[in-house]
Amino acid sequence: MDNAYLSATGMRGGYGKADILNGCDISVGRGQIAVIVGPNGAGKSTAMKAVFGMLDLREGTVLLDGQDIGGLSPQDRVRRGMGFVPQVANVFPTMTVEENLEMGAYIRDDNFRDTMEQVYQLFPAVADKRRQHAGELSGGQRQQVAVGRALMTRPSLLMLDEPTAGVSPIVMDELFDRIIEIARTGISILMVEQNARQALEIADIGYVLVQGANRYTGTGAELMADPEVRRTFLGG
Amino acid sequence: MDLLNALVTFLNFVFIPASAYGAQLALGALGVTLIYGILRFSNFAHGDTMAFGTAMVILLTWGLQALGITLGPLPTALLALPPAIALTAALALLTDRWVYRHYRRIKAAPIVVVMASVGVMFVMNGLTRIVIGVGEINFADGARFVVTVPQFREMTGLTEGLSLRTTQAITLVIAALSVWALFVFLNRTRAGKAMRAYADNEDLALLSGIDPDRVVRLTWIIAIALAVMAGTLYGLDKTFKAFNYFQILLPIFAAAIVGGLGNPVGAIAGGFLIAFSEVALTYPWKKVAEYLGFEPSGLLQMLGTEYKLAISFVILIVVLLVRPTGLFRGKAY
Amino acid sequence: MSSNRQADARPSPLRAPLLFLAVAVLLLLEGSVSNAMFSGSWNSALALLNMGLISAVAALGVNMIWGYGGLFNAGVVGFIGLGGLAPVLISTPQVAGAWAAGGPRLMLALAAGLATMVLIWAAAQRLRGLSRGAVVTLVVVAGYVATRMLFDPAVAAIEANNPAKAGNIGGLGLPVVLSWPVGMLLAAAAAWGIGKVALGLRSDYLAIATLGIGEIIVAILKNEGWLARGVLNITGIPRPVPYELALQSNPEFVAAAARWGMDAATGSGIYVKLCYAAIFIAVVLTLILLTELALYSPWGRMMRAIRDNEVAAAAMGKDVTRRHLQLFVLGCAVIGLSGAMMVTLDGLMAPGGYNPLRYTFLIWVMVIVGGSGNNWGAVLGAILIWFLWIKAEVWGPAAMAVLTSPLSAGGLRAHLIESAPQMRYLAMGVVLLLVLRFAPRGLLPER
Repeated sequence: MDNAYLSATGMRGGYGKADILNGCDISVGRGQIAVIVGPNGAGKSTAMKAVFGMLDLREGTVLLDGQDIGGLSPQDRVRRGMGFVPQVANVFPTMTVEENLEMGAYIRDDNFRDTMEQVYQLFPAVADKRRQHAGELSGGQRQQVAVGRALMTRPSLLMLDEPTAGVSPIVMDELFDRIIEIARTGISILMVEQNARQALEIADIGYVLVQGANRYTGTGAELMADPEVRRTFLGG
Repeated sequence: MDLLNALVTFLNFVFIPASAYGAQLALGALGVTLIYGILRFSNFAHGDTMAFGTAMVILLTWGLQALGITLGPLPTALLALPPAIALTAALALLTDRWVYRHYRRIKAAPIVVVMASVGVMFVMNGLTRIVIGVGEINFADGARFVVTVPQFREMTGLTEGLSLRTTQAITLVIAALSVWALFVFLNRTRAGKAMRAYADNEDLALLSGIDPDRVVRLTWIIAIALAVMAGTLYGLDKTFKAFNYFQILLPIFAAAIVGGLGNPVGAIAGGFLIAFSEVALTYPWKKVAEYLGFEPSGLLQMLGTEYKLAISFVILIVVLLVRPTGLFRGKAY
Repeated sequence: MSSNRQADARPSPLRAPLLFLAVAVLLLLEGSVSNAMFSGSWNSALALLNMGLISAVAALGVNMIWGYGGLFNAGVVGFIGLGGLAPVLISTPQVAGAWAAGGPRLMLALAAGLATMVLIWAAAQRLRGLSRGAVVTLVVVAGYVATRMLFDPAVAAIEANNPAKAGNIGGLGLPVVLSWPVGMLLAAAAAWGIGKVALGLRSDYLAIATLGIGEIIVAILKNEGWLARGVLNITGIPRPVPYELALQSNPEFVAAAARWGMDAATGSGIYVKLCYAAIFIAVVLTLILLTELALYSPWGRMMRAIRDNEVAAAAMGKDVTRRHLQLFVLGCAVIGLSGAMMVTLDGLMAPGGYNPLRYTFLIWVMVIVGGSGNNWGAVLGAILIWFLWIKAEVWGPAAMAVLTSPLSAGGLRAHLIESAPQMRYLAMGVVLLLVLRFAPRGLLPER
């Protein structure tokens, strides 16, 4: 992909001495949904954290909109237009929904009321609970607040670390619908998912990682159709 | 049975003193709870920092008095309060820079930071001893009473009198104002919300672009302002004696834990709960009982005042046994 | 603590002997050289050594709790005070008439208090919901009233008995050394109670709860006249060693002292202090031997495993809270022993002197400076810090006089010299902070 919005190539690195990523490539085009799947311990979340700068890479480059952002801190990457939703502890539990969104917009100096209204339109269920503490919401609603918080900086790339972990299938479908909606507004999505089948259904591009390296790459439909991928990773 | 006199006795000897003391404890406990919520350790130096700040207030008060500047009926100490807060906060920021920041960076176990706060406690204690000594100092000036017992008797015609000392009235007013200001700050301003966000979820706060150093600095300044006010009001109300500020550490911790460590509303509730329990259990109720038509043989004093610390302690133990997160559910970790 | 362990190489094997030698030299200088810094008095040097050894016992106790358990006891002063109560209750002579005046009633009152607590505990365990609150409240009120009705007259009677000289319940008249294990038991009992409540919760809760129990024990010692005369003090507590006056009237001793070139008064003081030093050194060495044996037993290996990784140890099925409780009780018992030894050395129980800065936090400085987790370090830190603590009172003003000599002899200079003895609080804080920061393993790092 030549005109990819995010392009990470040849990433190698890990937390300690042993590398978790062994030459991993990830790229996402504008308005695309990219999904990283793979077995446990394949380095899926690590790859995403590396893209976001939460892990020092030994090798490899990360380009955002053609510019090298390899040396930037996560906070600076947020300023450059990346939004990140961690898998756990992704809201401020004793703050209201509205305050959570405000904190999402902390780095913005302009008026963010419009963005907040857009988030509320996207997630009408949490809009009704804007005065409630985020910690008191259901799991699915909390995920919506978390995504909404990350959208407050008006990112051009939204990264989601297993957004559907621990939520019911109905909530999962609903969340995926919202993610498609977000992508339609031109925001690129990079997502790590355990529920590979459902995630690949909505993916424009899918990456199957094994032991920190790309094993299969293709559109969601291609990967779903590949008998090898189906047998090994999608349970037949 | 004489309900009115019983009520006045109760107000005079229990309600008013306990309210003033409760307000002082609440201000102290707010500082402890904020530091716990943001910096995540129990600050053993808090009592001695209160003492140091109050010593600064006293020195400045003496200076002002020497210049002939007073506040009329109000204690001159109130005028000395803002510069003393500034001085003490500056010292606290230096302490953070030289001591605590290191342990934040290496992500030390909380108990190691508590140990470092013991070192700071020694330093603060030593500084207080050097600048002002260990003796008892009375630095309240201005009018002593808002209402005196004879005035009250004359006004109401009751046998029992009620007095409201200036220091008690000032304590309540200042405590109410500063608590109000604190809550407006925490709930309405960007910086205050950033502080709460940092206390709630440090990693997410960092991701959101909140500057941790700024949050830490703000926390120290606010905690110190509350501590110096608490210390000064306590010193005006009683007298200043450095060791009392070490001893007040236990009721302050108890108040913060009872309310739920890290929870500001809890700290205030805890402060008043401790203060009212302490005063009510050490007050001899004989006179009130007599007005109510009983004829008690003893003083009806549950516990001697020398054991007032035991009350904080027992309340603390009961909370630890029954509900370790505190009445208002503080940080569970 | 595992979090601040340095990863550097093991220290030189000569480090410990050299540091102990340095402390010995300091003590020898104190005994032999008379100048602005040292007194040149052997009595002073030995007094420093003896209190240093007692502090070492307390430091060994704190080190067990902190070095092996990572637990923070902020109420050391209370356990020292409780230990000090034992010599009074065990070895002072019986007070005539005290037991007859109120002894049985007092025992009954204490039994009633204990029964109340047991009932509260039982009710809290058995009942649920509203009835629990109601029953507990009822038991608290009834138990309190009953205890007070028995307790107050008994105390009044005991305190009215010869109030000028006694007024306390008196002792059993047994040999004083017997009281030392009793002091350990008293401290251990209090530690068990507080540990049962506060252990297993967040680590700072134990610190705050112990801070409270320490203050309360001191308040009890100060105010319960029937127990040990409170602030009126108990003097003349029996000794395990000869009295100076007896030695001075012994012609053989006087002659021996003269052979050493000393007058009888100085000689007897030194002799008595040497006897104490011998006993105390024996205690310290026994304690170190026992703790080292325990540490390399299966029990000790488990304790270290828990300390180094609490989560992993818990996952392996070790009951961390229970082990911590054992450690806490044992450590506090050793602290209690030091309290009993101190009262024995002084021959005096003076609760007014139990200051938390001196008896809790200074002991902590000793342990941290000496080396958390290292028993020899605790001993070294105790003697060294005690020496500096006492001498700083002399050195402070002297140093300040030199430092301020450029100043004119005004009020500021006078104030600075006058407040110089207070400098040692500041100095101890700075030392603690510097060691914690730059050498968290202390002078003698744990092997």
